[in-house]
Amino acid sequence: MLSTYQYPKFEYRRPPEIAEGREGGGGRYPVVVVGAGPVGLTAAIDLAIHGVPVVLLDNDDTVSIGSRGVCYAKRALEIMDRLGCAEEMVAKGVSWNVGRTFFREQEVFNFNLCPEPDHHRPGMINLQQYYLEEYLVRRAQSLPEIDLRWKNNVIAVSDQGDRVALRVETADGAYSIETDWLVVADGARSPIRHMMGLDIEGKIFMDRFLIADVVMKADYPTERWFWFDPPFHPNQSVLLHRQADNVWRIDFQLGWNVDPEEEKQPEKVIPRIKAMLGWHANEEREFELEWVSVYTFQCRRMHEFRHGRLLFTGDAAHQVSPFGARGANSGIQDTDNLVWKLKLVLDGTAPARLLDTYSEERVAAADENLMNSTRSTDFITPKSATSRTFRNAVLGLAKDYPFARALVNSGRLSVPSVLVESPLNTPDTEVFAGNMVPGAPMDDAPVDSTRGEKWLLQAAGNRFLLLYCMPDAGDVDAATADACTALAAGAIPVETLVVAERGTAPAGLGTLIDVKGRVRERYDLKPGTCYLIRPDQHVAARWRSLDAAKVRAALARATCNA
Amino acid sequence: MSLNTDPNFFTPGKRYFRAFSPGDDFYEALIDMHRDLSDEQSAMANARLILLLANHIGDISVLREAMKVAREGV
Ligand SMILES: Cc1cc2nc3c(=O)[nH]c(=O)nc-3n(C[C@H](O)[C@H](O)[C@H](O)COP(=O)(O)OP(=O)(O)OC[C@H]3O[C@@H](n4cnc5c(N)ncnc54)[C@H](O)[C@@H]3O)c2cc1C
Repeated sequence: MLSTYQYPKFEYRRPPEIAEGREGGGGRYPVVVVGAGPVGLTAAIDLAIHGVPVVLLDNDDTVSIGSRGVCYAKRALEIMDRLGCAEEMVAKGVSWNVGRTFFREQEVFNFNLCPEPDHHRPGMINLQQYYLEEYLVRRAQSLPEIDLRWKNNVIAVSDQGDRVALRVETADGAYSIETDWLVVADGARSPIRHMMGLDIEGKIFMDRFLIADVVMKADYPTERWFWFDPPFHPNQSVLLHRQADNVWRIDFQLGWNVDPEEEKQPEKVIPRIKAMLGWHANEEREFELEWVSVYTFQCRRMHEFRHGRLLFTGDAAHQVSPFGARGANSGIQDTDNLVWKLKLVLDGTAPARLLDTYSEERVAAADENLMNSTRSTDFITPKSATSRTFRNAVLGLAKDYPFARALVNSGRLSVPSVLVESPLNTPDTEVFAGNMVPGAPMDDAPVDSTRGEKWLLQAAGNRFLLLYCMPDAGDVDAATADACTALAAGAIPVETLVVAERGTAPAGLGTLIDVKGRVRERYDLKPGTCYLIRPDQHVAARWRSLDAAKVRAALARATCNA
Repeated sequence: MSLNTDPNFFTPGKRYFRAFSPGDDFYEALIDMHRDLSDEQSAMANARLILLLANHIGDISVLREAMKVAREGV
């Protein structure tokens, strides 16, 4: 098979515990992360950005092998922006917003992930998972807070109540270390979950999918194409995606009763692809196989993501079928939710109970992801004759009737959860229009700031923020400015940014010029409106006027200090 | 009134943040209704469901329009 990608080999180094003869123990760290997949890497980078030293252990020495994640969603890219790594990903990846769905011969439905203008990041990019990981590794290696140890295999874990003890195996022998907190990002099979005897519950889908990565030159538009029951692969579904380097991802649904080993053979795979390309382009197109595998998928999650001092993230905590691209995307959102909380707990400015809300908020998000990917899978692979009849009836009506188009489910692509039930939210007491409710991840919008930020989300994140709306930033009165300065000097600082049409805020306060009026529109701003924003860019509370006492109360609630 | 073929599903009192969610809620409930039924039982359940919904709609001109669309496509 042809390879467009050179897998890097990261260097193993003798760990300091072994080099210094402390194999038996002694090394104590605030945070250890296990697993340098997309989720563990994101966690480590986020911790480093928050100034927390972190040891990152991985039992391998390269990036993700073969065909795995492809689609990275807008919210994941916004998180990558906060961590300083989105630029490369977007530059290398293939940006897209439009998806088309075909039933038999005809297009029946299309969607646009980003129908609204004035967002920094596209609805989705397609990028092979190995590139995503390569860029994350590079970023991690540039941060002195991260001690990234390849070929370090965690073989034992025990929660000692006030710390976690780990045993790690290397080519130079085994060693022990201790950590205050353990972030578990060791993937779907999660050896640590097994070591701790913890369960993960859910179901496996009785279906197999052939996943082929194919190298070819083709000028198809950069859209997601999904076929139900196409002439070239009757009674099953097919999905086509463009990735970087002229690599195309094709998923063929195979049904349950096939031999996965046989289906992987080029002599089986090549005719399938030829039939598809021939049908579409009506011509012989040259292609080469880059990678072929046969997968089954499962939908399941752990009951809770926090177990004492262990914090489970990503595939270790939950797995979904890939039709909504909700795997890595949701794992990245796990760490986005976790890291600022861990930082406050390590600093002693929030109680450990704040970490329970990591589990509460992300379990709710996982349930939404599981629900959506289960619904997609049920639509794509109906489990009974009646279910198939309804599915085909929907597809048949979709061409002419808008209500049926809305029911066509070829994957509800990853969008972030609105954490409406979170105990960290301060409920509204005043009336607001729009979707920026407490618990919502922030909508982006173009701005201009003295610090050079061009987007609202570039100006938010990594600390608590108060957005305060005033048409002329110069009109903020002295008493309000003093109150904001006091908020910035609290144990958990809250920085104020004045969202204005013009002018400059008094010293100590930042100014964001709402250049296109989109912030006002998307956040339903009126003069005096303010929003308290969490370090993970979620709305914690909002009011129609600024009252520092209310801001303090909402801050206490958002950090479990109430 | 004429037959409404625009997306029209909702749950009273429930706020939806994504346009696809109300339709998906309905569809899941519909498929769930058939869980563990034989094909024959499913056909009977469908017939009963249509009768109940038809009575709820009441307006026979709307029902005739829907019947026409339903029959045309098969
Ligand atoms: C066909 C397919 C398509 C997909 N498409 C998408 C998509 O489009 N979008 C999307 O978001 N997701 C997609 N996914 C899902 C995505 O690949 C996973 O969700 C993602 O890799 C999970 O990341 P992770 O960091 O949690 O785990 P992993 O990527 O599995 O990383 C776990 C790491 O832990 C290490 N490790 C394990 N045990 C130990 C140990 N004992 N000691 C030390 N290290 C250890 C492993 O070496 C590995 O590096 C897809 C998956 C598949 C299979």
